[in-house]
Amino acid sequence: MRALEVLDPGRYALVEDLGRPGYAHLGVAPSGALDAASLRLANRLVGNAEAAAGIEALLGGLSVRFTAAATAAVTGPAVEVHVDGRSVGSHAPLAVRAGQTLSLGTASTGLRCYLAVSGGIAVEPVLGSRSRDVLSGIGPAPLTAGDVLPLGAPAGIPAGADVVVPAAAPADLVVPVTLGPREDWLDDPAHGLSAWWTVTAESNRVGLRLDGTALRRAERFAEVELPSEGVVTGAIQVPPSGLPVVFLADHPTTGGYPVAAVARTAALGALAQARPGTRIRFRPA
Amino acid sequence: MRWRRCGEDAALLDCDSLEQMRAAHATVCAARPEGVVDLVPGARSLLVVGDVAAVRALLADADLAHPPAGEPREVTLDVRYDGEDLSLIAEDAGLSADAVVALHTEAVYTVAFTGFAPGFGYLTGLPSPLRQPRLESPRTRVPAGSVGLAGEFTGVYPRESPGGWRLLGHTSATLFDPHADPPALFAPGDRVRFRRVE
Repeated sequence: MRALEVLDPGRYALVEDLGRPGYAHLGVAPSGALDAASLRLANRLVGNAEAAAGIEALLGGLSVRFTAAATAAVTGPAVEVHVDGRSVGSHAPLAVRAGQTLSLGTASTGLRCYLAVSGGIAVEPVLGSRSRDVLSGIGPAPLTAGDVLPLGAPAGIPAGADVVVPAAAPADLVVPVTLGPREDWLDDPAHGLSAWWTVTAESNRVGLRLDGTALRRAERFAEVELPSEGVVTGAIQVPPSGLPVVFLADHPTTGGYPVAAVARTAALGALAQARPGTRIRFRPA
Repeated sequence: MRWRRCGEDAALLDCDSLEQMRAAHATVCAARPEGVVDLVPGARSLLVVGDVAAVRALLADADLAHPPAGEPREVTLDVRYDGEDLSLIAEDAGLSADAVVALHTEAVYTVAFTGFAPGFGYLTGLPSPLRQPRLESPRTRVPAGSVGLAGEFTGVYPRESPGGWRLLGHTSATLFDPHADPPALFAPGDRVRFRRVE
């Protein structure tokens, strides 16, 4: 069997593909790779369909052994990659032989590294996806040493001379947003959101929790409870504390606090790579 | 009824009532426009993800006073009414525990919307004496299958989780199984009855 054996998952490693949209009405989040563009790129580099499952490794640190020859690629922030101890570099297709070990160093910027392998990680899909949803516990459990992950049959030809320059995750991030659906529930949200916010350590795949100058409820909604309503990925929800949460892929499907604005889809990858301490401001478009 | 922007590829239909939301939901479900990725009912709203324009056009021409009737799915759950809060609920309702159970089992409920956890449905149709507030301090651990109530809703915890609903009893039914088809016992629009078992 073509497989990957997990020698060390590093800090926290999950199998992710492009998620399972279409089940929100049953309370199931879309889930999937938080930095979807990086997973798509890794898949293209190894000749997979963009939607194939790979591994999302928080801060790198992952180490896997190949039971069969395969093409691999690591994307996300720039990170050291070694094959049997030899430095080979990220963001390029790597030919790995049976028995060899591929290891990721620790990312010095950003948060989430992606490993794609030709054929894709072929664990059993759940509701049409191989993604781990950390909020609901659906999908393959977080990886642990000794896990054996089956690989699918290689489908395409690896990209030959693709050289990709990794984007460094910035220390300050400006995120374009669309105001609404509940911008009227807050006191001048365009102004409040365009101040600098700081990503806190309580952030995870469910959402980025921000610290800064609390947003205030508009007076006429001060004592009103919002009936639960559906929320989307990228929604900037404002709980009673006034400190916003930006919902990421494993977000709850409905919520009872107003959503002041929604981050543009193109910005979700950068939000996925925002470490605690990163400063963020939102620019209403 | 009012449409609200919700990012690039979604919109929230803000409804005047739960009934209006249900009518809009039934209308969109009956037509099933292509390109709608997710259709998420809320307590007073309907979130449309995907081809918002198609849904807007559909609802602009729809007679929401007479939504498509459809054939709602009917679900009956066997419940052992031995919940930790049954006496509290009875006391606040000014009824005996048996009368509370009779009220809860005689009503027919509708799954209004879902959320909180996969397979958790917010069921409307609760008789008014049973419309009671949440517990003042939520439990850190509510067992899977617990049947509870809070505000205008009754519902069943699909899995063990923290929770602040008042507990009436429990069911051994499986509310959510990601490997089953359909994965959730409750979907918006379903009719639900509870049956007392010892």
